[in-house]
Amino acid sequence: MENVSPVAAVTPKKKKMNWNRLLPWVLPVLIIGGWQLASSTGFLASKTFPSPVAVFQDGVALAQAGTLQRNIAISLYRATMGLLIGGSIGFALGVLNGVSKLSRNLTDTSIQMLRTIPHLSLIPLVILAIGIGEPAKISLVSIGVLFPVYINTLHGIRSVDPNLVEMGTSYGLSKWEIFTKIIFPGALPTILMGLRYALGVMWTTLIVAETIASDSGIGYMATNAEDFMDMETIILCIVIYALLGKLSDLIAKNLEILALGWRQAKEAQQ
Amino acid sequence: MTTTTAAQPLLTINDLGKQYGPKVVLRDVNLTIQQGEFVALVGMSGGGKSTLLRLIAGLEKMSTGTLTYPDVAPVIRVMFQDDRLLPWMTVRQNITFKRNDAALQARSQKMLARVGLEKWADQYPAQLSGGQKQRVALARALMAKPQLLLLDEPLGALDALTRRKMQDLILQVCQEEQLTTILVTHDVEEAARMADRTIVIKDGTNRYAEKGPDKDDPAAVGVVADQILHDIIDPEGGPA
Ligand SMILES: Nc1ncnc2c1ncn2[C@@H]1O[C@H](COP(=O)(O)OP(=O)(O)OP(=O)(O)O)[C@@H](O)[C@H]1O
Ligand SMILES: [Mg+2]
Repeated sequence: MENVSPVAAVTPKKKKMNWNRLLPWVLPVLIIGGWQLASSTGFLASKTFPSPVAVFQDGVALAQAGTLQRNIAISLYRATMGLLIGGSIGFALGVLNGVSKLSRNLTDTSIQMLRTIPHLSLIPLVILAIGIGEPAKISLVSIGVLFPVYINTLHGIRSVDPNLVEMGTSYGLSKWEIFTKIIFPGALPTILMGLRYALGVMWTTLIVAETIASDSGIGYMATNAEDFMDMETIILCIVIYALLGKLSDLIAKNLEILALGWRQAKEAQQ
Repeated sequence: MTTTTAAQPLLTINDLGKQYGPKVVLRDVNLTIQQGEFVALVGMSGGGKSTLLRLIAGLEKMSTGTLTYPDVAPVIRVMFQDDRLLPWMTVRQNITFKRNDAALQARSQKMLARVGLEKWADQYPAQLSGGQKQRVALARALMAKPQLLLLDEPLGALDALTRRKMQDLILQVCQEEQLTTILVTHDVEEAARMADRTIVIKDGTNRYAEKGPDKDDPAAVGVVADQILHDIIDPEGGPA
């Protein structure tokens, strides 16, 4: 019997960590700095391509008027609702088809067929059917995120090691325990991958939907600015989309770290 | 290990057969396992040892024959060749399956101590060595106080020294917990060293049964191991 005690958590080397954390920001800072320089030296015409400072000032003005917050809030609301609805349906279908052969045989082929339709091509249909109100945009986002969540949930569940399930059965776990303690945790890494992908789809869908059929939201803000040749606001909208995209990716990443801590166990020890 | 003289059968197998499609894996298997006995199953690779164990465990259905428990049906636990630990649960959670039950927690503590892994209770399987993982698997198998423990080459992947330590640990706990044990192994030395009786599975059926040696006599272990090996490769085949 080895009488070794578990290795204590490794103390991170502080200096190196800080450098690695700063490194990803070097390029964005350089680009924005260069952009500002090009604008102030007149290399970029401020009419066609405003400087970062001008974009920032535009953002401040819109924020003071309350327009910015209102549009971000409505876009966030649509994105979240669409993700919740589409994600839940995709997850439920994925679980159902992952555990039930009958359900899989009945529905999987049809779902896979629907999946091949680009969901943005449904925009005219959705607008004609339910108008350009909130339900239309939320439906489009839902449809967009449903499939990646479905596919990954199904695939994750189907690839859980059957030997572990057999062990669970022979060790007297109930069906519910087998699902919650073996199948779901086993499928979780793949499901979270699907979620991360779905977040990307969510923003893309929303931009398009808000650009084409809306009177509010960041996408609308950009289209509206286009009509007034308001370059500052257009670029501001693009920057906001980039920030929101980065934010949702960060949330997904942290969710992964939180839920999949056991995967880091091995690395942490070394 | 000493077998009680007034042995009672725990399990009786009559004319058991198993086939996969047209392929006959086992036929005419007749066996009685006594309570408290430690039996080894040996034989050529692909000979059907694992299949027999899985049939006894109820993981698969037999094609023909019967498997009966003269007394009451025992609680059976299988220890697999691969540890089959859940990577997302800590050592303790793997043993209790995250069930919050005071008695279960107490027993898990006892079993962890028994296999020498109390200090590792909160680690994940990925942080353990192969031998430690098998000790967790052993502790998990003992949690439900089984009467029948089925071991399908659980030590196959371990190095010689760790393997030897595990053999002793298994023998000790089997005695303490008064288990009936069936061990599938490739290793005739292991069979001779550990078992009260070694059954050779050959041509799909049980052909020989070698009685275990006096465990205190190292030379006798070698003799029995040689005899088992001879039985396995004997081209003539012996009495059924
Ligand atoms: N599910 C199955 N379907 C078809 N054939 C199977 C199945 N399971 C086992 N077999 C066949 O049954 C035979 C016996 O397999 P088994 O695993 O019981 O052998 P074994 O004695 O345990 O071999 P080893 O020592 O290599 O583990 C093999 O030829 C194997 O191919
Ligand atoms: Mg085998």
